[in-house]
Amino acid sequence: MYFAKYIANRAASKNGGAADDAGKNVLSDIAAFLQFGPDEVRAIELSLRVAFCAMLLSLPLGIVVALLLARGRFFGKSLLNGLVHLPLVLPPVVTGFLLLIMLGKRGMIGAPLEHYFGLVLSFRWTGAALACGVMGFPLMVRAIRLSIEAVDRRLEQAAATLGAHPATVFFTVTLPLSLPGILAGMILSFAKAMGEFGATITFVSNIPGETQTLPLAIYTMTQIPGGDSGALRLTLVSVVISMAALLVSEYLARRMSAPQVMA
Amino acid sequence: MIEVAIRHRQGALDLAVAFDSGARVTALLGRSGAGKTTTLNIIAGLIRPDSGRVALGEHVLLDTDKGINLPPHRRRVGYVFQDARLFPHLTVRQNLVYGARRSGRPREEVERDLEHLVSVLGIAPLLLRRPANLSGGEKQRTAIGRALLAAPAILLLDEPLSGLDMERRDEILSHIEALKRETSVPMLYVSHLPHEVERIADAVVRIGDA
Repeated sequence: MYFAKYIANRAASKNGGAADDAGKNVLSDIAAFLQFGPDEVRAIELSLRVAFCAMLLSLPLGIVVALLLARGRFFGKSLLNGLVHLPLVLPPVVTGFLLLIMLGKRGMIGAPLEHYFGLVLSFRWTGAALACGVMGFPLMVRAIRLSIEAVDRRLEQAAATLGAHPATVFFTVTLPLSLPGILAGMILSFAKAMGEFGATITFVSNIPGETQTLPLAIYTMTQIPGGDSGALRLTLVSVVISMAALLVSEYLARRMSAPQVMA
Repeated sequence: MIEVAIRHRQGALDLAVAFDSGARVTALLGRSGAGKTTTLNIIAGLIRPDSGRVALGEHVLLDTDKGINLPPHRRRVGYVFQDARLFPHLTVRQNLVYGARRSGRPREEVERDLEHLVSVLGIAPLLLRRPANLSGGEKQRTAIGRALLAAPAILLLDEPLSGLDMERRDEILSHIEALKRETSVPMLYVSHLPHEVERIADAVVRIGDA
C-alpha cells in the first residue's frame, strides 16, 4: 500500500496534480524507481553471498550436531543443547559482541586464526556470514533434529541385517528419510541470514560493499534524508528473495515426499 | 547347522531357548508373547541377551562367555520382519538389491539372482513401484527377496503370514515352498499356528509352554 501511494504521490507531484497524465507516466516512474544504485546492488549481491555461505557452511555441522542431539547418549548433552540454542535466546547484539570478543583481531580465537591461517573475520563479509550462520544455527539444528528423530529406527535395523555398516545405514537410510527436515533447516537458516541485523552490525560493523547486508543497508537509508526510495526498493527485493526461497523449498519438499504420499 | 543356547530376561519375559538344528526349514513354534521374535532378534544381533551362544556351523555370532558379539551387519543373517520394513524412499528394485550391493558380489551374479528370485516370488511387475503402494502380500514377498539377495547364511522369517488374508497366506506359503526347492538357504520360521508349520517345516522347536 505504501508503495502504491508513494508512486502515486510521486507521479502526482511531478505532473503538478494533472491526474490524466499521471497514468501514462506511472510506468516510466516505476522504471525509474527500479533503477538500483551501485550501493544497493552491492548490498543485494552481498546479502545473497552471505546467506548462501552461512547456510551451506553450517549445514554439515548442523547435521552432525542434530544427529548427536537426536541419537547421542553422552555426558554434557544438555550443555551442547543449551550452547546451540544460545543465539536464539540471547539478544543478537550480545551474540555479536561475544563473536567480536572471541573472533576479533585480538580475540582468543581470532588472533591465532589470523596468525596461523591469515584468516580475518572481523569487519569482513566472511565474518558477516559467520554471524548469520551462528544466528541461524539453532533453527537449522532444530528442524534437522526433529526429522532425524522421526525416522523409523526399525528401518535402520533392517538395513543392518542386510549387511550395511552403521555409516552406510546413515547415508542410505537415515539421511534420505530426513531430507524434508534438512531442507526446512536450510531454508530457515537462509531466511535468518537474509534478515540478520544485530549480531552482524556488532561483529563486523556496517561497511558498504563489505559487510552492509540488506537489512543494514535498509536501516542506513532510513537514517539519511531522501533515503526512503532506496529503502523501499531494497525492502521489495527482500520480500521477493524470501518468498522465492519459501516457494522453492515448498516445491522441493512436495516433490520429495510425493512417492510416499501416494499410498 | 544352527546352534542356539540363550537366556534373556526382559520385563515379564524370562526366555530360555536351546536348540540345535540342521534341517532346511526349522520352525519356532510358540504362543504369542513366548519370546519367538525376541529369539530372532537375538540371533540377528538386534538384541544382546543376558547370556548365551549363537553359531552358524563354524561361524560364531555370539558367545557371551568368550566376549564375542558380532554386530548385525557382520552376521550374514537375513531377516524377514513381520512388518516387512521396506525402505519407503527406494523402489522395489532398489530395495531388493540394497543388501546385495553391500555384499561385494559381482554385479552379473546379483543380476542373475535378482532375475531368478523375482520370477520365483512373482514380483516382476512391481520392480519400479514404491513400497507405499504395494499390498501386504507384495510387501512380504519383496522383503523375502531383499533378504535372500544379500546372500545370507540363514534366513529368519518372523510370522510372514500375519496380517494377510487366507488366500494371500496360501500364496506366500507356496512361494516359500518354491524357495525351499529353488535355493539352498536354511530357514528359521517363526509361527504360532501348528498347521502352517506342518506344511513347510522339517523340524520344530517349541518355545515356552506351547
